[in-house]
Amino acid sequence: MAIAISVRQVAKRYGAVEALAGVDLTVQQGEFFGLLGPNGAGKTTLISALAGLVRPDRGHIEVMGCDVVDDYRNARRLLGVVPQELVFDPFFTVRETLRIQSGYYGIGANEDWIEEILANLDLLGKADTNMRALSGGMKRRVLVAQALVHRPPVIVLDEPTAGVDVELRRTLWQFIRRLNRDGHTIVLTTHYLEEAESLCGRIAMLRGGRVVALDSTANLLRRFSSHVLKFRLGPGPGLPAELLRRATQNEGAWSLIFDGCGDIESVLAQLRQAGCEVEDLEVGKPELEEVFIRVMRDAAEAAPQP
Amino acid sequence: MIGFKTLFYKEVLRFWKVGTQTVAAPILTALLYLLIFSHVLESHVRVYGSVAYTAFLIPGLVMMSVLQNAFANSSSSLIQSKVTGNIIFVLLPPISYREFFAAYVMASIVRGLVVGVGVLVATFWFTPMGFDNPLWIIAFAVIGGGVLGSLGVIAGIWADKFDQLAAFQNFLIMPLTFLSGVFYSVHSLPPFWQQVSRFNPVFYLIDGFRYGFFGVSDVSPWQSLAVACACLAVLTMLTLALLKRGYKLRS
Repeated sequence: MAIAISVRQVAKRYGAVEALAGVDLTVQQGEFFGLLGPNGAGKTTLISALAGLVRPDRGHIEVMGCDVVDDYRNARRLLGVVPQELVFDPFFTVRETLRIQSGYYGIGANEDWIEEILANLDLLGKADTNMRALSGGMKRRVLVAQALVHRPPVIVLDEPTAGVDVELRRTLWQFIRRLNRDGHTIVLTTHYLEEAESLCGRIAMLRGGRVVALDSTANLLRRFSSHVLKFRLGPGPGLPAELLRRATQNEGAWSLIFDGCGDIESVLAQLRQAGCEVEDLEVGKPELEEVFIRVMRDAAEAAPQP
Repeated sequence: MIGFKTLFYKEVLRFWKVGTQTVAAPILTALLYLLIFSHVLESHVRVYGSVAYTAFLIPGLVMMSVLQNAFANSSSSLIQSKVTGNIIFVLLPPISYREFFAAYVMASIVRGLVVGVGVLVATFWFTPMGFDNPLWIIAFAVIGGGVLGSLGVIAGIWADKFDQLAAFQNFLIMPLTFLSGVFYSVHSLPPFWQQVSRFNPVFYLIDGFRYGFFGVSDVSPWQSLAVACACLAVLTMLTLALLKRGYKLRS
């Protein structure tokens, strides 16, 4: 598999703030890659460096083998970026915006592809409307369309669903998933962890300008999160001592961490032997949110104190 | 090349779409100046011995409009794009800093020329005008538009807020253009102010431009041309250096 994005030892400092502190990342072609982290973790700075909007103090970034500084023309042609801010040029209609954006990438006649993007993003009805007259959701779609006019093999979406309604979020993801199936590499930053969990094959977590976790989504879930057995006890004997050590209680409900499905049976057997009456039994699945919180907490503890 | 052409086209389309504000308004302003000053001074002032004041004033107003609008075009386009954030659409594509410069400055020249021609046409019936040497007229209009268009790029990139740009315009561009001999021949000034005027590059732009109409001017048109070209060269190099560094555009 060829490499879509290669980030090597990239650092960027703004005055006293270390936005990126030596980031290393590799994204393979065809991946759906998630970039997660709290506000100020360096996600947007990293994306900006990738797009040539920010010049790193040191390190190198390549898009499909093209250095974003030395070979910026090719690197930028290979990259489509959907910015986080809802920006637009108020002078033009949707179609004009897309034609102009095509021209910036050196594409003179692009009508067929523009029509196709407009149709896919449900924008045909608004094609000749001025950007100013569009709703926020519609403007967001145009931003996605603008990032795609030059058919980039690598697409970066910086929090594309912030403040977007459920319907648009769904159509947007359907479209992005299709692009990914067609071979496009997708890099996504989002605050919605369930989105990242369902979409991304691999995830990097950033904190304080550093990569603090980088693995496949499945591995991250396995490593940092676990299945939880939740139940309440009816009247009768309490929790046996050996289970008590592993359990936590919250408003009368017990939570018990277990490793695999085989473990459930032994837990239940122990409860039965102790004569406990189990009510409201529930098995909780591992969640990316839990992984995220644990990784961030561990990183905070590991970080050198200022 | 398509990238440059598109950016140039977009910049022209941008001002054309708001033509009342970017073309009609400055033409009206120039007309008002002409009405007032020619009414007050026509019977009192003759310039270069034989030229009537209204005829003298018209080329000055035309050139002032060219210069001010060339500056306004690049500077206001850039500051708007920066403040609203849509400058990103120009920064993401593979457009080189040279193409960026050429597109913004050439669109500024076009805006200056459109307004200049507009002022000329609108003032045409005030007094018969001679076009002694049209090549000088065109050369100074284009070079002057380029000088102020470059300056507009610098101001637009430098300013973070609209009021900073307004300060640049009010405290630099306006005094330079108003005190450049648009409304008077510098020979009518006291010797000290004549000397001061010669340090104002805009004076040479106006004077050379006017030479194209009358074949007479305060200084030799060749000297004016040399100053104008030198200004354009220096500003072009400065602007290109800033753009290459990504000054305030790519952090």
